Amino acid sequence: MHAIRAEGLVKRYGRTTALDGVDLAAPPGTILGLLGPNGAGKTTAVRVLATLLRPDAGRAEVAGIDVLRRPERVRDLIGVTGQYAAVDEDLSGQENLVLIARLLDLSRAAARHRAGELLARFELTEAARRQVKTYSGGMRRRLDLALSLVGHPRVLFLDEPTTGLDPRSRGEVWSMIRALVAEGTTVLLTTQYLEEADRLADEIVVLDQGRVVAVGTPSGLRAKVGGQTLDVRPADPSDTDAVAKIVAEATGSRPAREGGLVSAPIEPGRSATVALATAARRLEADDVAVTELGLRLASLDEAFLALTGRGAGRPEVEK
Amino acid sequence: MRPLKTVPEEGERAGRHRPLRALRQGFTLAWRSLLKIRHSPDQLLDLSLIPITFVVLFTFLFGNAVAGNWHAYLRYVLPGVAVQALVFSSMNTAAGLNSDVRSGIYDRFRSLPVARAAPLIGRVLGDVVRNAICLLVVLAVGAVLGFRPHAAPLSVLAACGLILLFSLSVCWPAALVGLLARSPESVGGFSFVLIVPLTFGSNVFVPTGQLPGWLQAWVRINPVTRLSDAARGLMLDLPLGRTVPISLLWTAAIAVVFAPLAVLAYRRRT
Repeated sequence: MHAIRAEGLVKRYGRTTALDGVDLAAPPGTILGLLGPNGAGKTTAVRVLATLLRPDAGRAEVAGIDVLRRPERVRDLIGVTGQYAAVDEDLSGQENLVLIARLLDLSRAAARHRAGELLARFELTEAARRQVKTYSGGMRRRLDLALSLVGHPRVLFLDEPTTGLDPRSRGEVWSMIRALVAEGTTVLLTTQYLEEADRLADEIVVLDQGRVVAVGTPSGLRAKVGGQTLDVRPADPSDTDAVAKIVAEATGSRPAREGGLVSAPIEPGRSATVALATAARRLEADDVAVTELGLRLASLDEAFLALTGRGAGRPEVEK
Repeated sequence: MRPLKTVPEEGERAGRHRPLRALRQGFTLAWRSLLKIRHSPDQLLDLSLIPITFVVLFTFLFGNAVAGNWHAYLRYVLPGVAVQALVFSSMNTAAGLNSDVRSGIYDRFRSLPVARAAPLIGRVLGDVVRNAICLLVVLAVGAVLGFRPHAAPLSVLAACGLILLFSLSVCWPAALVGLLARSPESVGGFSFVLIVPLTFGSNVFVPTGQLPGWLQAWVRINPVTRLSDAARGLMLDLPLGRTVPISLLWTAAIAVVFAPLAVLAYRRRT
């Protein structure tokens, strides 16, 4: 049984099609990464699965329960963390947690107990009594995550959980997500950070304009789209043109130049070993010194570019 | 003592009585809006400033002109100002609901097994408490200036109850405004356009008889006029006529029309 499953989800807003037949599946205890640029349909997909939005067509199940027919049962099993961190800024962190616990029918004492547990787990105990509007971005996300865990959800939807966070806070949120999955929670995570999907997800679904353009493990996606890339860095930057010519011959595709590094994907059908050997021979024959020569799998950025025909938007990092 | 239970059983949660549950969750959410007062007590100042200003300003502004001396005018104007202040405070409902809907916090509630109507119930219940505070402030300021109800305490209480009940029912059209408005600014504009003719176009400040004929027609059908008449009658031991039943009828009618509309708007918006 899948913890999350969607088939043929369609959602239209007037003339825009937010979801155009999206299929998703995640086994229990895994992280499914939903990757795509802004407006790809990631948030819409999450809202459908989290019972917040009815699709125009398609089916969705969470923990084997039909999201459309029995949304109230699904709500017992899920936690949702929104893109904009829907917490009550006027209340303290503790009050936010107690509020959710009370709404989930916990007694006053049990609610306070649960709030205490989560505050400790997310390292918010010291800030527990402060109003959330005084929290930093990272603290707010941690509280948001804690709030979605009050009811011990089996499936967690995280909609861009680290957008706008500095690298350190992002790392903290990542390790908390990993810990949850280690306990058996299933996570659906949307992100526009390739690195985030790469580091966290067991499987990645790439969405673009409401359609699934690729599915696979992070390394599988890289191999599938990019294949191997040949990198050569000339010791003397004035040799760049000569190197580019050699790389083009060896790989059969047009090289890109970035900061003194010349790299090109190896044409499909060509052997990577032969390409590398060819390049090495030619460099030696022309007496061009290099500081770097090697093969690598395409980066997820390159894979993404190839899949969607554009780069992933990298939002500004706010303090 | 029973052991603490941190995880409610699945079946247990699903099996609760629904209407009761919505109400209980409504109370929890009302607690939320009252916590906000505790965190920023300046909200209380906001809440009391309008009624204080109204009582003081209108008593001295119109007192001599309308009634010959402000002391007599205070007696006339205070019960009506109480009604007016509470109608004004319904803007809180509109603004609060609007900011909640836009903030995404209702999405969190909706992703939880929380009754659909609970956030609305919570908002309105919390606002009734705010309104009660507001009413107390009006009466206190009135008392300081020398307003003494002539009627039996029970009658005065009945007047307060009537006004609070009316404010509860006015919360619903206010909620509708809050849900329909796209931005907090439009909430302000929208509410003002509705509230000003209701409160100033009434006999709160000037007895109906002293108004121009065309205005009298509006003033007579205005529910605020009826409420003010009933409140004055009850507080000052004046003949009541049918003012109390008519006020109750208005109160019920407003709630019956606007509560379902607000719920509908809430469902569409969230």
